[in-house]
Amino acid sequence: MIQRTPILNFFSHLILILGVVIVFFPIYVTFIGSTQTAEQIMTSNPISLLPGNNFLESYRFALFGGKTEAGASVSPALPMMGISLASALIIAIGKIAISILSAFAIVYFRFPAKNLVFWMVFVTLMLPVEVRIGPTYEVISNLGMLNSMAGLTVPLIASATATFLFRQFFMTVPDELVEAARMDGAGPMRFFKDVLLPLSKTSMAALFVIQFIYGWNQYLWPLLVTTDEKMYPIVMGIKRLIFGEVYIEWNVVMATAILAMIPPAVVVILMQKWFVKGLVDTEK
Amino acid sequence: MEKRVLFKSSWLPWVLIAPQMAVILVFFFWPAGQALYQSVLLEDAFGSSSEFVGLENFRRLFTDPGYLDSFRITAIFSALVAVGGLAISLLLAVMANRVVKAAGIYKTLLIWPYAVAPVVAGVLWLMMFASPYGVIRYALIEMGFEWDHVLNGNHAMALIVMAAIWKHISYNFLFFLAGLQSIPTSLIEAATIDGAGPWKRFWTIVWPLLSPTTFFLLVINVVYAFFETFAIVDAATNGGPGKDTSILVYKVYYDGFKAMDINGSAAQSVVLMVIVIALTVIQFKFVEKKVHY
Amino acid sequence: MASISLRNVVKKYGKGKTELQVIHGVDAEIADREFVVIVGPSGCGKSTLLRMVAGLEEISGGEIDIGGRVVNNLEPAERDIAMVFQNYALYPHMSVFENMAYGLKIKKMPMAEIKQRVDKAAGILELGHLLDRKPRQLSGGQRQRVAMGRAIVRQPQVFLFDEPLSNLDAKLRAQTRLEIQKLHRELGITSLFVTHDQVEAMTLAQRMIVMNAGRMEQFGTPEEVYHRPASTFVASFIGSPPMNLLKDVQGGRAGTITGIRPEHLDVVADGGWEVRTETVELLGAERLIYGRVNGEQIIVRIEEGQPSPSAEEVIHVRPREERLHWFDAQSGKRIAA
Repeated sequence: MIQRTPILNFFSHLILILGVVIVFFPIYVTFIGSTQTAEQIMTSNPISLLPGNNFLESYRFALFGGKTEAGASVSPALPMMGISLASALIIAIGKIAISILSAFAIVYFRFPAKNLVFWMVFVTLMLPVEVRIGPTYEVISNLGMLNSMAGLTVPLIASATATFLFRQFFMTVPDELVEAARMDGAGPMRFFKDVLLPLSKTSMAALFVIQFIYGWNQYLWPLLVTTDEKMYPIVMGIKRLIFGEVYIEWNVVMATAILAMIPPAVVVILMQKWFVKGLVDTEK
Repeated sequence: MEKRVLFKSSWLPWVLIAPQMAVILVFFFWPAGQALYQSVLLEDAFGSSSEFVGLENFRRLFTDPGYLDSFRITAIFSALVAVGGLAISLLLAVMANRVVKAAGIYKTLLIWPYAVAPVVAGVLWLMMFASPYGVIRYALIEMGFEWDHVLNGNHAMALIVMAAIWKHISYNFLFFLAGLQSIPTSLIEAATIDGAGPWKRFWTIVWPLLSPTTFFLLVINVVYAFFETFAIVDAATNGGPGKDTSILVYKVYYDGFKAMDINGSAAQSVVLMVIVIALTVIQFKFVEKKVHY
Repeated sequence: MASISLRNVVKKYGKGKTELQVIHGVDAEIADREFVVIVGPSGCGKSTLLRMVAGLEEISGGEIDIGGRVVNNLEPAERDIAMVFQNYALYPHMSVFENMAYGLKIKKMPMAEIKQRVDKAAGILELGHLLDRKPRQLSGGQRQRVAMGRAIVRQPQVFLFDEPLSNLDAKLRAQTRLEIQKLHRELGITSLFVTHDQVEAMTLAQRMIVMNAGRMEQFGTPEEVYHRPASTFVASFIGSPPMNLLKDVQGGRAGTITGIRPEHLDVVADGGWEVRTETVELLGAERLIYGRVNGEQIIVRIEEGQPSPSAEEVIHVRPREERLHWFDAQSGKRIAA
């Protein structure tokens, strides 16, 4: 649409600003709430939209835990954030590592049953973890991997989106580069390390953003395989704050929610370019 | 599709694919096979006896009002999330496409909710409607609308729909924006010269050209609503009140892990698998002419 | 000693019923220090032949020998060769220096020696000031020189060129041709150069292999190929405008095709062949008359000063006797006069 009447322009901006407001409003409310005290929250109807002055207390509580005056005990969020960080990194890096190797094998080698392997990997695209929770849980349990970092992360590395992304990218690398490398005396792994990997940097960055967020936000799976509080990721921690206690420290809940949002948000904002590329590429 | 130039090695490719194959065999194929297997058995909770019952579990499922209810709920939920989400995102994308210069800023502002965990989204929206301090709840009550998602099933559904749509706006927005930007301006200009006004231009040119993107997003949103919204439900309503927001994936979880109905849960998993596979096949077959970015 | 021997080299694709033979028994001996061009139309197999010498394609039959060693089963890197690709094949993320040094680094050559070789090659090719740049910052001609530099530093026994000038514009092509000739004079390394352009072949080759549909039609000097083409294919492929090949013309023999180049036909007042003019092309220093003799197309070349016939005008042309070629009508092969 190319008509640039001032009215339509104003209207467009209005809608967009409205969109931004809708997007940010819940976060704003939650953040404001986290700067108040639980008492203030519970006794106001509705919650005040102005910042309170309990910021430090709320966050100290959220991060380090403790017992509140009302007798509720809060688990510290900091260790949970550590678990989230570790598992997100393991999932993201793990997935990238095994997928890039697989993609390399599939694109640059000929071996028996290659087609079968390709289809097996392809099939995993179709079933997210949510449809196989029961038996996957059993496997983890049988392997003694419950309540472990491995149990939290390894089953989530199984899907094939990364392999396909790398495969697609490798197909665009000119054949002549491989020939030149062969001329230069580079074997396959040398070629992989010196030529393919450096060229794959943007794809890896894009995937990293998406997979990090995916790993950080995992909820159902950790819910199933962890019963030990020490192994809870932060997204689980929030939920338990709400449905665990009689008296809920809402300001702490809100503070924890904000804390849970920060690392993925930082990753998206810092790596926006790769984030967009990652989303678009993985859906082709 | 194979590259012309290949490396020769009899053992290296196997080593390279080994890690991925190991992971998917143990954590994908084996459990998927197990689910299929368990769905045709009847075991007691301790697994000490099992009996082959063929499609009995499935028959039981489809005659169970609770399950059919869950199906209905999920269908309604995903329809609302998909249509609502797409409509809002399309509107925003169209507007963003018009303000070319500022589009970058809006894009940055609107995309990052993708980073928010579904469970957090559920909690955020829960807190806006919670009693007594929820802001929106207050506003609704002031307007005479008695909001109570704890007791009213429809309100609970509305709550999770809003949370689910909110969280997915950024994803839909990004794809719609890219789709709009790939429509050649020359087409729009030609239409303008032909005398078409903005409304007409949208419906006769933009909308049809956008249809691959729209269809693609429709499928993605349905898959999203079916599977990735578990955490929203768990955080905001726990499937309640009663079972009013117990979508299929939630029911699988509940029946398998709370009610300990292993075989029923396995049968439900199989049904879900079939649905996902069908959706994925549709997506691949009909969206082959995907918009290229 | 870096001679190349091709002995009954054969290339086949596929197996059994779907087998396709694309190279049919090529035999050639290329001497040390020789610059040989392999020329032919698209699809004739010239690149495939080159790639078999390089080791990038498997040899289905016959033997290839470099410097006295049979290389059929050797990897490209083991054959002591270097190749310049049509699309340069430079590593995009490495600098010019690193591109040239890569092969040497893999051979574990000490850094000092690598630097010495790269600097020397850069000097010859005038790339000294570009060593830190990445390929995307270079022009097409510069990239091609880096590709050649990468080949030079290996100090191989044989240079292989796979249509390296095809991606350059006409002016650059002529310039780079001269540079390649200069390089060959200076370094004297045995070279195999593939092109579809017969002008490139004629100007660069000491000898050339003319290929058609997987067969070697002739292997000779530009002189021999031009003046004594071994078949109708070679006769029409080499030389522009192409040689006239006439089946049924006065003075011809039964079962043979008469060949005469446009520049060896003289316009005479009468006698000779009757040609009905169709068009005349004015090319500055010369003119080409397109016409028909006995229904067959014929091209006659005349000097700029001579009078041009008009359309439909009948002129008389006489071929120079000593310049006539005879080819067997069935096989297309040359018959001795």
